Amino acid sequence: MDRIPILRMGEFLLVTIQVDMHDQLALTLQDDLTAQITRTGARGVLIDISSLDVVDSFIGRMLGSIASMARLMNAETVVVGMQPSVAITLVELGLTLHGIRTALNVEKGMALLRAGAARRSRA
Amino acid sequence: MPVVKEETVAIGSDADVVLVRQRVRRRAQELRFSLVDQTKLVTAASELARNALEHGRGGEMLLQVLEEPPRSGLRLVFVDRGPGISNVELAMKDGYTTGGGLGLGLGGAKRLVNEFAVESAPGAGTRVTVTKWH
Amino acid sequence: MAVNLIHLPRILERHGEALLADWIREQLQSRSRTGAIKEGELREQCAEFLRLFREATTKGGVDMTRPEYGPLRELLANVSASRGAQGFSPSETAKFVFSFKRPLFMRLREELMRDPVALADETWAATELLDELGLYTTEVYQKAREAVIVRQQEEMLELSTPVVKLWDGILALPMIGTLDSNRTQVVMETLLEKIVETGSEVAIIDITGVPTVDTLVAQHLMKTVAAARLMGAECIISGIRPAIAQTIVHLAIDLGTVVTKANLADAFKAALDKLGVAQLPGR
Repeated sequence: MDRIPILRMGEFLLVTIQVDMHDQLALTLQDDLTAQITRTGARGVLIDISSLDVVDSFIGRMLGSIASMARLMNAETVVVGMQPSVAITLVELGLTLHGIRTALNVEKGMALLRAGAARRSRA
Repeated sequence: MPVVKEETVAIGSDADVVLVRQRVRRRAQELRFSLVDQTKLVTAASELARNALEHGRGGEMLLQVLEEPPRSGLRLVFVDRGPGISNVELAMKDGYTTGGGLGLGLGGAKRLVNEFAVESAPGAGTRVTVTKWH
Repeated sequence: MAVNLIHLPRILERHGEALLADWIREQLQSRSRTGAIKEGELREQCAEFLRLFREATTKGGVDMTRPEYGPLRELLANVSASRGAQGFSPSETAKFVFSFKRPLFMRLREELMRDPVALADETWAATELLDELGLYTTEVYQKAREAVIVRQQEEMLELSTPVVKLWDGILALPMIGTLDSNRTQVVMETLLEKIVETGSEVAIIDITGVPTVDTLVAQHLMKTVAAARLMGAECIISGIRPAIAQTIVHLAIDLGTVVTKANLADAFKAALDKLGVAQLPGR
């Protein structure tokens, strides 16, 4: 597997990371996602990491970059489903993923994106 | 301290970093580390393997299973062939980076394990030893 | 140990029934807890021991670490565990094996009367072997006890940190007693797992029952809050009593952006607000 699939759900993009990514795969995902946001005009990106049992500083940094880049393209990013053991480890590592929104699961993440999109279209 | 098992994993590409994570995970599971401790050790290994790859031009990880009743442990030794670290103390600080990352590698890894040691000299490569006890 | 038992297996074979009877009588006479073990159960354990002891000494010599001794070791482990559970002391448990010495040595003496050298050798080898087997029961006994203590400690930890669901989407963790690093770690993990399990977006950590908060405990609380945030949940810390508020300020502990409330009721209200639950006007 050399690419992580990106699903389109209405005005949002959904990425489910299910494999232990090597660094190049993570960088490819970053490129693919930004290209997809431009192409589809997506308003939000949902990244489901519930299958990941390790998130190190490299993956953490990648998630942060995706969120920053998406924001520049007017799309919000929500990371969902982080496992407790991963969260505890990231805190100990000193990585707080500042500026990334999080939700417990895909459903709650979607609700968050929808609320955000509604707020922004009102503004 | 008796070493009951030993294996070596070469670190030459980012696929090897994944391999390091998998090997460490498997051993930690065999030793029945708690899920949180497994995750901490695997994450530390990932940071150190990437360090060896990015700053040390590759190298290897030596993995040792330790038995010291009533406790058992895993020791990981990362050896690289890089330029070495001239100021270990500075390199341990959060935010210190030469590779454009977050600079959490060494200091972060230290917080995830029970024992941590760095030996390095300019031109002589770097050797990082971490141990986690169960 | 180079000594090989020549006569012992033969004696066990020939006088099995008599040995069993002598041994049981020996134990019934000397035992302090009359009636604690049913005679039927004792007879069964002794008969099984004799059978396995004979097999082991016939095939495995006098080295109890050999695989031939596996079934015998297993039997002793079971006997030890069941006696430990019945409240026997380690020495009472070890006597199960040691009490076999007298009947066995009497038979050895009768059989080897004419061969003093063989008698000495066999008695010596048998006593060493039985000592080892007896000590083995003590070892198993201790390990079983340790396991019980560890389990009890874990159960206490779990009991002392109950996570309760206050409302759909709101968890509360009332903490009582002194927080040490180990306990706080368990608390942290339990709370985070419950958050995932119940899909709760708000967790209230109530520290009304915690006598003191030092820098380390405050750090643990902060880490829990940070980890919950990474997972997509918010924590509210409630029950900060005046004395603890003073300590926090004196120690210059930075609770940063953590939401804190004076009591559980206020925290619950804040949690409902956060979830957007409409509240009835209070009295």
